[in-house]
Amino acid sequence: MARSVSTRSKVLNTAVAGTLGFLMVFPILWILILSLKTEEDAIRAPLEVLFNSGWTFDSYGAVQARSDYFKHFFNSVIISVGSTFLGLMIAIPAAWAMAFVPGKRTKDVLMWMLSTKMLPPVGVLVPIYLIFRDTGLLDSRLGLTLVLMLINMPIIIWMLYTYFREIPGEILEAARMDGASLRSEILYVLTPMAVPGIASTVLLNIILAWNEAFWTLNLTAAKAAPLTAFIASYSSPEGLFYAKLSAASIMAIAPILILGWFSQKQLVRGLTFGAVK
Amino acid sequence: MATKASKAAARLMISPAVLLLLGWMIAPLALTLYFSFLRYNLIMPGDNLFVGWENYYWFLTDPSFKAAMINTLVLVGGVLCVTVLGGIGFALLLEKPMFGQGIIRIMVIAPFFVMPTVSALIWKNMFMNPVNGIFGQIASGLGFAPIDFFGQFPLLSIIFIVSWQWLPFATLILLTALQSLDQEQLEAAEMDGASWLNRFRFIMLPHLARAITVVILIQTIFLLSTFAEILVTTNGGPGTATTNLTYLVYVSSLLQFDVGMGSAGGVIAIILANIVAIFLMRMIGKNLDA
Amino acid sequence: MGRIQLKQVKKSFGECTVIPPLDLAIEDGEFTVFVGPSGCGKSTLLRLIAGLEDTTSGMIEIDGTNATLLPPAKRGLAMVFQSYALYPHMSVRKNIAFPMKMAGVNEAEQTKRIYAAAKALNLTDYLDRKPGQLSGGQRQRVAIGRAIVREPTAFLFDEPLSNLDAALRVGMRLEISELHKRLKTTMIYVTHDQVEAMTMADKIVVLQAGGIEQVGSPLELYKTPRNRFVAGFIGSPKMNFIEGAEAAQHNAFAIGIRPEHIDVSITHGQWQATVGVAEHLGSDTFLHVHGVPGCDPMTVRGGGDIAVNHGDTVWLTPDPQHIHKFDAEGLRIK
Repeated sequence: MARSVSTRSKVLNTAVAGTLGFLMVFPILWILILSLKTEEDAIRAPLEVLFNSGWTFDSYGAVQARSDYFKHFFNSVIISVGSTFLGLMIAIPAAWAMAFVPGKRTKDVLMWMLSTKMLPPVGVLVPIYLIFRDTGLLDSRLGLTLVLMLINMPIIIWMLYTYFREIPGEILEAARMDGASLRSEILYVLTPMAVPGIASTVLLNIILAWNEAFWTLNLTAAKAAPLTAFIASYSSPEGLFYAKLSAASIMAIAPILILGWFSQKQLVRGLTFGAVK
Repeated sequence: MATKASKAAARLMISPAVLLLLGWMIAPLALTLYFSFLRYNLIMPGDNLFVGWENYYWFLTDPSFKAAMINTLVLVGGVLCVTVLGGIGFALLLEKPMFGQGIIRIMVIAPFFVMPTVSALIWKNMFMNPVNGIFGQIASGLGFAPIDFFGQFPLLSIIFIVSWQWLPFATLILLTALQSLDQEQLEAAEMDGASWLNRFRFIMLPHLARAITVVILIQTIFLLSTFAEILVTTNGGPGTATTNLTYLVYVSSLLQFDVGMGSAGGVIAIILANIVAIFLMRMIGKNLDA
Repeated sequence: MGRIQLKQVKKSFGECTVIPPLDLAIEDGEFTVFVGPSGCGKSTLLRLIAGLEDTTSGMIEIDGTNATLLPPAKRGLAMVFQSYALYPHMSVRKNIAFPMKMAGVNEAEQTKRIYAAAKALNLTDYLDRKPGQLSGGQRQRVAIGRAIVREPTAFLFDEPLSNLDAALRVGMRLEISELHKRLKTTMIYVTHDQVEAMTMADKIVVLQAGGIEQVGSPLELYKTPRNRFVAGFIGSPKMNFIEGAEAAQHNAFAIGIRPEHIDVSITHGQWQATVGVAEHLGSDTFLHVHGVPGCDPMTVRGGGDIAVNHGDTVWLTPDPQHIHKFDAEGLRIK
């Protein structure tokens, strides 16, 4: 039962938590402010920046002009959305099989899938790099999509598995009794019922793929570089152009920040493989 | 529901995923292992001689390996300490009744969605830059000498940045776990005369134990592969002060083009990760039926 | 037509045999109830008939054709599940239409059958609701509607009433019985509740540990239970069993007397006993008495106006016509 709490302690809690929350989010707010300043204003003392300078959208235009933000943005979208949906098409049948027709080895297979996630990327960097170089997949969106699909597939399968397990098997049996083929069963009954679960799986995996920074940095150059690599190119010496760097950063993180807020609850479940609910 | 027909269907449905992951795991792994026994340098094309354990020998005896191992451990350990302790604190705080809980929670969680390259750049330039960064400006404004974070405390600075990114994750999971605690348990303990500290120690902490292990093990997996933050801020330097194992392998294979050496490093990284992985698998396996 | 025949059907999960080889014939149009305690294999048996489980060996014939290896969809059976198993994302109308959609029935025919089923089941006003907006009884009707529109050769019910509250259960029981009278289609109904079995069945199959204990009409089972298990399972309250000297007088290892076949008197009778608990229901009084040799406590059903309470002494006399005799193996002695 919820207990009544005095307004005073509530105010106190709000103040403490609010301050700490503000400190956590401050770097993001700060670059949002800097991105709306001129370069000259952006490097002035913090108080001057806040209270003694004008606002401008110039930096955003400059970033697009300098390094074609939209090209990288589309690369990021294609790679993260593509890898997620490709993964989904392979993962849904697999998760169906493991959730509804569990066998003696289902648990082992799941464990093994999880174990591939623990393979440190650096351990297979060299051969993947060489294979990609020799097959022309290096610096291609297709290559990166495939890699991200593979590294996130265990998470997709696990998430779907935990969601599917909550759907009563009787409903799928009912569909079978009603004359549904396996395809109809998955397409018309299972998938629509699992829409919330599938949606959060999609969200989380887009976020993970969007922010993935090992393979995207190592397997791309100019052509297929997504936003992670686009931002890395600002590391120096242009990094000292604060306003432009801020604008570029905001543009790189904004889409995912918004998606992320929608899916915080699912994030827990997905990232802990259902171990914490 | 297990007829022979549905079992056969299940095998068919699961096989694309299994085959793909198998290919993804086995092929590169075998190649890494194979390369690690060759003298194989991309800029010195030669016969790629079989050299046995030579690469391992050189990799393991290289002073930067020892440094990288220590840096890796300090980085992982440091971030874990900050995020777990901070996460418990944040979770306890955020669970209390307050105004605008949703908004405050969103503020705390936001850093997790910032891509590693961005967060590294923000902290490096806007905050830790001794001249124009906020920390430097505040120090100068107060009459102190600004600190050159990446010059004086390079590893600590990276730990700080990575912790900022992972603290939200720990908070989110611990908060979720805390919210699943049965309030009646706490009320019963209160009726039994337990103080807040005792309730925390004997009821909340045991309840959080599983979530804490999950946080530690999952973060460890990701933290062992910390890469972008180092690449963007220090490039592993000064010297090898911020080179971790992942970065060292990257340097050998993609900067020095020494495929053999890089592969040997990769194999070592895999072995280390597996040691961690075994613990994680055991734990997740236990929770599978729960 | 809907004649279902099981020939030496056996089911094991690994080493564990759930249903030892079993023969059973269910005639066309018959309302057959599988009844038994939980875990007796009755649901497994139903799922074997449905095709949701494989038989380990033996043969299932539906209308004379071997259906053992047919997938569930091809057997022409409809099933109503314990949890109703409605599709939560579809409206009532779409739920009912689903089997017809799968069978490729044309739209006009679909609409016709949906309305007919909705009318018969009082669902006309709810066709556009989602299952989540319906009460338990209504959901049950939708599940039945979904089964009806397929025009199956037989209906299978898997404990369909166990999720309903007591009052609704009685109502739905009647509805299902009426439905059977109207459709005259074969129905197989699984339950652990012997009252449901007695009230609805043409034929009851009593199961225990996967094996058939007895097959017969409700009254046959009540009057001539083949063994102590059936005797104890059918009838409420349970039959009293008396062993020892009292039974030996009847040349039996044990005798059984139903509570309703014992006369209660406060002045005289065959056995003297003390009342433990007296349950006054108005129409009847159930007495749980102590002190009858070889049976403690004994349950007795008396008239509604017996004024006895805890601690009172009563005299009991069994009706000699209704004494069931069993041997040491628990089998009925004729």
